[in-house]
Formats: sequence, C-alpha cells, structure tokens
Amino acid sequence: MIPGPFDYHAPGSLEEVISLLSEHGFDAKILAGGQSLIPAMRFRLALPSVLIDINRLSELEYIRQDNGHLAIGAMTRETAVEHSQAVKQGFPILADAAEVIADPLVRNRATVGGNLAHADPANDHPAVMLALGAEVVAKGPEGERVIPIGDFFTGFFENALQPNELLTEIRVPTPSSRSGGAYLKIERKVGDYAIAAVGVQLEMQDGTCTRARIGLTNVNPQPLRASNAEDALSGQQLSEDLLEEAGKAAAAQCEPSSDLRGSEEYKRDLVRILTKRAVRKAVQRAQGESS
Amino acid sequence: MSRHEISLKVNGEPVSGEVEARLLLVHFLRENLSLTGTHIGCDTTSCGACTVILDGKPVKSCTLFAVQAQDAEVETIEGVAENGNLHPLQEGFWEKHGLQCGFCTPGMIMTAKAFLASNPDPSEEAIRHAISGNLCRCTGYNKIVEAVQYAAEKLSQQSESEKEEANA
Repeated sequence: MIPGPFDYHAPGSLEEVISLLSEHGFDAKILAGGQSLIPAMRFRLALPSVLIDINRLSELEYIRQDNGHLAIGAMTRETAVEHSQAVKQGFPILADAAEVIADPLVRNRATVGGNLAHADPANDHPAVMLALGAEVVAKGPEGERVIPIGDFFTGFFENALQPNELLTEIRVPTPSSRSGGAYLKIERKVGDYAIAAVGVQLEMQDGTCTRARIGLTNVNPQPLRASNAEDALSGQQLSEDLLEEAGKAAAAQCEPSSDLRGSEEYKRDLVRILTKRAVRKAVQRAQGESS
Repeated sequence: MSRHEISLKVNGEPVSGEVEARLLLVHFLRENLSLTGTHIGCDTTSCGACTVILDGKPVKSCTLFAVQAQDAEVETIEGVAENGNLHPLQEGFWEKHGLQCGFCTPGMIMTAKAFLASNPDPSEEAIRHAISGNLCRCTGYNKIVEAVQYAAEKLSQQSESEKEEANA
C-alpha cells in the first residue's frame, strides 16, 4: 500500500516548523514518530499534501525534572520513557504505560507528543496524562501557550492545537510522596490497541483517598476522565465496596462500541474490573509497598 | 509531490538515489537497492518482517519514508554475515531450528542483533519482550528464543577470546 503524494519538508529549527505550519495550515501534517500517521497514509485514511518532518529537532527529545514537574519533550521516543530512571522512580503509571504501548520496534520511533497530538482515544498516553493532570505546551507564531490536558482532547481524533501550532512539551506535575499510580491494559496481543485500559493516580492519607484521577483508554469516542469514579473515591476511607462502586461508576460513564475486540458489555465490565485493580495497585504504591 | 536526493549508508556502504517523498524505506531497500532479504509481511506496522537497524535501533522499515533515512546508517540482513561466515544469530537459527518457513527470520535476526548489542546476557523473559514486535506463525517462538540464547552465548565467548588475545 502506497501513500498518496505529498511535499516533504524536514526543517532544522522550531521557527521553520512554525513558519511552514503558518504557510500550509490544514494541508500540512506534522510527521513525528510516524507510527500512526504513516499507516493511516498507507490506508489513505490520511492524505496530507504537505508533511513537515520534525525528526531533526533533537532539542525536543528530553526527559528532565523541572520545578515541580517532569518535562517531556514532544519528540521523546517511547523507548526513552520506558528506560528512564526518573520515570520508573517517580511516575510508575507512566512506566506501566510505556512498556505496553504498541511493541518494542514501534516504541523506537513512536513519540509521546505524537501519541497525544494524534488524539486517538485508543492511544495510551491520553488516559495516563489525564490521570496525572498533565499540561501540554503549544508553540505558534505568537509564542507559547500551556493547555491543561483536560482541555486538549476536543473530539474524535481532534485536539485543541491551532493549525499553526506545534506541541513541544508535556509537563507532568510531580506527585506527592503519599501519591501512587498505575496503568493497567488488556490487549489481545502485543502491539494491538487496548480492549480497555485504565490509568489511576491517587493520594492517600491514613487509609483515606484524598484525591483521585482516573483516565480511560479506548472505551469512549474521545479520551475520557472517569470523573464519577473519582468522586466516589475522593475523601473516602477505601474499602472493597467502595472500589466496586468506583468501578461501576467508570463503567457507566464511558461509551465503548462493540467491535472485533469485544462487545460493549464486555468492555464495560473490563473497565469496572480494571478500575478496581488499578486503584488497588495505586494504593499499594502510594503506601510504599512493592508491587 | 516532491522528489529528493538522498544519501545514506547501507551495511557500511554509501548509497544514494533520487526518491519520491512517499517511497517507504523498505521499498527503497528492496526495489532500488535489490536488497530483498528485508521482507514485507503485513504492510500494516504489525508483523516486524521488515525490521532493519536504523542508527543502532531496530525499526519497521515499512513505517518510515526513505527520505527520512538521509545521513542514517541502515543495517539489513544482507550485512549480518561477515566474510562468508554466518553470524552467531544466523548460526543459532540454523542449529536450534529457529525457522520453518523463514519469512519472519530476517526481521527476527535484526531485532535480536540490536537487542544483544545492548543486552549481551539476557534472561529468557527479556528476549521474549525484545522480540514481541516480530510475529512468527510457524515456530511458536520457543526455538527462536533458543536461537537467540545460542547467539548470546557464542557472542560472549567470542568477545572473551578477543579480550584474551588482546591481553596476550
């Protein structure tokens, strides 16, 4: 399968990227890792007339601790996230996700920024970043702006970026020492999208959940925060009954569609179970137990 | 529609050519350079039969444009044997019956080669994780894992005897 024809640019600076985006607008697509875009182009689901390859912008490949947050450059490869000590130690939910995204070969090319900007509800980072309460940085001709992740996904494969803006960085607030997180995914085989997956990041104090954020993967037309399940947990002493209640709330809030990966009913039940398991694992991690 | 002059290294040799921007790396290797050892399996970024090593990392060459390999170093299955001698991985697949139809083998070997370069003494679990992006429909993977273990052992013996020679 051969992609449709396009003009190709591989600029060497951010300024050139922005100016090309400003010139071509909706006709242009950004080529990051290409692991979603190139298959879509081969199926001719995407037919951009201009591709702007940003793989030369090595300055966008980094993971570093900044003031109170982890800064991840948009071109950071998933492999780098998978092997990052900072991620393993401080952001176990992100480490969980990084090793189940696609497969190891794809992760050598695929990028965190691309995974988010593609805004595919089946992608893993959206749910994780919703759970972590991340922000993304967008750069355009007028400078930078910071978009809370909750405002970033605007529809099915749609995000809040303007046609002349580039996603340059993801900022993940550093969780407190009483915080724990987990991402659990059920997939048919390595490399497939999730049948369903759940990301949980919560804070515990003396057996009480003081704060919880939950993101769901591939069970809704757009990446979904399971706010009803969060409300069920927040401020409560955790018990098995409460976990069941939160699981049911998440299952009721999402809108999965029946497809090759399973029926709507099956997916809702997976969400219920995975929410409970992810909360348990997050609590263990928050309380410093090994998992 | 743009055309581009590209130059890169393939198996250590400089190559160049004029390509359409939409030409995939796997087609450049197979059709322009006649290096047909790199296979096209699924055509959908799933199977890993087209795996090549790009600047040290195994990637799916069906999911990369040739023009993106400008200035890169690409290694394909054709570059694995040295001086007519099988690479320990090739030998391992032979000795341990790591292939039946053989279609996935070039991709498996390229993935395993890059993996062993950074993990010379891997656990079985680590090998299985590393090759989890390469599909094999014949072997059930056990024989492939044994082949990679064979190669890991042989490569470590080779590097030890090289060290001894250097010290002698």
